[in-house]
Amino acid sequence: MSEQRELPELGFLALSRFAWRQLTSMRTALILLLLMGIAAIPGSLIPQRPINPMAVRDFYRSNPELARWYDRASLFDVYASPWFSAIYILLFISLIGCVLPRSVEHYKAMLAKPPATPKNLTRLSHYQQFANADEALNRATQWFSKNRFRVRIEGNSISAEKGYLRESGNLLFHLSLILVLVGVSFGSLFGMNGYAIVNVGERFINVPTTYDTLSFGKLKGDNSLQPFQITVDKFDAKYDPKTSAPLDYTAWVTVEDEGKISKKVVKVNQPLTFGSTRVYLQANGYSPVVTVRDSYKNVVLQGPVPLLPQDGNLRSIGVIKVPDADPAIGFVVSFVPTNARTASQGSISIYPELLDPKLLFSIWQGDLGLDSGIPTSVYKIDTKNMTQIGLGSVKPGDTFNYSSGSITLETVVPWVNLQVVQDPGKSYALIGGILAIAGLLTSLYGRRRRIWIRVSDSGVEVAGLARNSAPGLEDEVKKFISFVKGEK
Amino acid sequence: MLTTWAYISNYFVYSAMAVFALSFVAHAFETAFAVRTPENADTTEGNLLVKTLDYKRTEKAARIATALMILAFVLLLAGVVARGISAEHVPWGNMYEFSITGALAFTGAYLVALRKHDLRWLGLFISISALLTLGTAITLLYRDSAPLVPALQSTWLVIHVVAAIISGGVFLLANVVAGAYLYLERFEDKSARPVWLQRVPSLELLDQLSYRLVAFVFPLWTFSVIAGAIWAEAAWGRYWGWDPKETWAFITWVAYAAYLHARVTVGWRGRRAAWLCIFAGSTFLFNYVYVNVWGTGKHTYSGL
Repeated sequence: MSEQRELPELGFLALSRFAWRQLTSMRTALILLLLMGIAAIPGSLIPQRPINPMAVRDFYRSNPELARWYDRASLFDVYASPWFSAIYILLFISLIGCVLPRSVEHYKAMLAKPPATPKNLTRLSHYQQFANADEALNRATQWFSKNRFRVRIEGNSISAEKGYLRESGNLLFHLSLILVLVGVSFGSLFGMNGYAIVNVGERFINVPTTYDTLSFGKLKGDNSLQPFQITVDKFDAKYDPKTSAPLDYTAWVTVEDEGKISKKVVKVNQPLTFGSTRVYLQANGYSPVVTVRDSYKNVVLQGPVPLLPQDGNLRSIGVIKVPDADPAIGFVVSFVPTNARTASQGSISIYPELLDPKLLFSIWQGDLGLDSGIPTSVYKIDTKNMTQIGLGSVKPGDTFNYSSGSITLETVVPWVNLQVVQDPGKSYALIGGILAIAGLLTSLYGRRRRIWIRVSDSGVEVAGLARNSAPGLEDEVKKFISFVKGEK
Repeated sequence: MLTTWAYISNYFVYSAMAVFALSFVAHAFETAFAVRTPENADTTEGNLLVKTLDYKRTEKAARIATALMILAFVLLLAGVVARGISAEHVPWGNMYEFSITGALAFTGAYLVALRKHDLRWLGLFISISALLTLGTAITLLYRDSAPLVPALQSTWLVIHVVAAIISGGVFLLANVVAGAYLYLERFEDKSARPVWLQRVPSLELLDQLSYRLVAFVFPLWTFSVIAGAIWAEAAWGRYWGWDPKETWAFITWVAYAAYLHARVTVGWRGRRAAWLCIFAGSTFLFNYVYVNVWGTGKHTYSGL
């Protein structure tokens, strides 16, 4: 208690140098590496907003208090959270601080000659002494050059070293990880990602307004979409008759890109490619084609209405909004491609193909809320200011009449959900990944070792040293000696 | 016709289980009675008691155990091939198929290694884990043979999954070795090992072996993750999306990277290294069990 140690005053420069050294030390890097692994865990256990926003909403509903705390800690978006970013940014700074100086050092070492032969070879491993052989040094030089050792020749001794590839591979591995990170960041800053539902027979034009959802990277202008057009000519889905499990999805499309028109096929594992933009076939469903007439038999709505699938047999739900009818009409609909009646649930679908399609609906009259200026979903109706005026169902070709008009189901067309992704960084990430494996292989299987030979009056002395106690040097030294002795 | 193949496959898998059980019994017999020192055979060298170990008594049992293991392997191979024929695709479309193929690869690796090294001390463990894996697979994970969903129809299913199966098998083997290290270390601290453990290699060798296994297979695991990313880019429109399976593959990768750094750069050996190895291996096991059975995300197909 009585004694108080005075710490020497550290200047700012010294302090930051101290911090830098701490950060780039191996121990810190190891802790950060483990920390990153642990930090990634909650994201796999707690629903993540970018991956599954619905699950996050459900979580909020069932545990509102806990959810609020989770949200404060960014636990619904772990991989973009400040603390996760902090860990990997620190890790990469630490990595760069460690790898760059080592690269410079390694480069110098590659240009330099191996260190001089130690005075006392007897202490080193694999030490052997034998009677003077003719031309021992010459034969040694020959062997070293044949086996591609780098050598330093000093009078009566040779110091030889091999296996720099180990460190080269090690550095290549770590540098390629930086390239992967650059590729990932580049892709998220300059990329885009969007979804569009396209009915079979319709055309998709790559401009922002045709998308259902669309998001751009922070540094990507929204006027920079590639100007291509895709017309979906035909879509074919095959299912297992026993289990309804999908067997194949194929879309036949006509593509117009820079004036060139071509026919293409899109499948689940086979996207369309336009430079760094790719178009994927992600989902499919049905659009009933309906004609709605008012009480004077005037057509107030005609066309396909995409509905959202709810299960593996493509029972679909949605709405048909008819703002042009007076008063406005809305249909809350359910569609089954292969209809079956059950006592408990009413109409259900028992197969995803159009074997016995049926459209079921409730009809609502009143204010659809489209003029309020608030954006509304095309799959939902707010029936607060509406009254129900009927219930009904139709099969293709049927017309259903209600008090203020009629609805006809003309036919049913499939729709496909196209995902458009532009990721200009992915090729860097891929190159980084490939180089990382190459680096790993050379660094894990490379062996760095030295062999010395000295000729003196007392005879020939040979010794070796393997870094990282890699095996195999003993055999190599044996071979070397037998060559020097002229046995081979 | 294809259902017939599925039945044939199941019969082969059941038969393989029976033979694995017999092999386990033979291995157990061999381990239990292998090293009984002959009377008066012990000599002293200074203060040290030198035990003479005699394996001759149970050599026959050991040979039978290995023969049974080979037979079980062949039966299981037939089962896996028949399953592939019945499903008309590579036999790892769901967790059941993945498990039986994994068990096949595991025993296959052991038998190949057996040609070069006398690893029969591992046989007890290999036969019981193959038996348990198959038992779990056929009772809890069994699904009828079915075609692949469109997302799985890709050559990457072969490349990505084969790399993952091999890496997983070797990771788990490294775990077994690290576990053996930790178990034996307790004896070495106190006194000598019990007689029945005499044949297990020295602590130093086990320590080296678990490291070698990890170092050998870490690049393959990296490749498996990258192959998965390439496939994800073609099928799902992004190469990395923090799907639970991807997240845990990443965690496993990071954990083994930490293990390799700890060994090579910081110089960890022995107990600490073994624990880190086991931790890393359990992240792989967790990924396999948790994400497939309870997890959500894009890696869950056809029930399991």
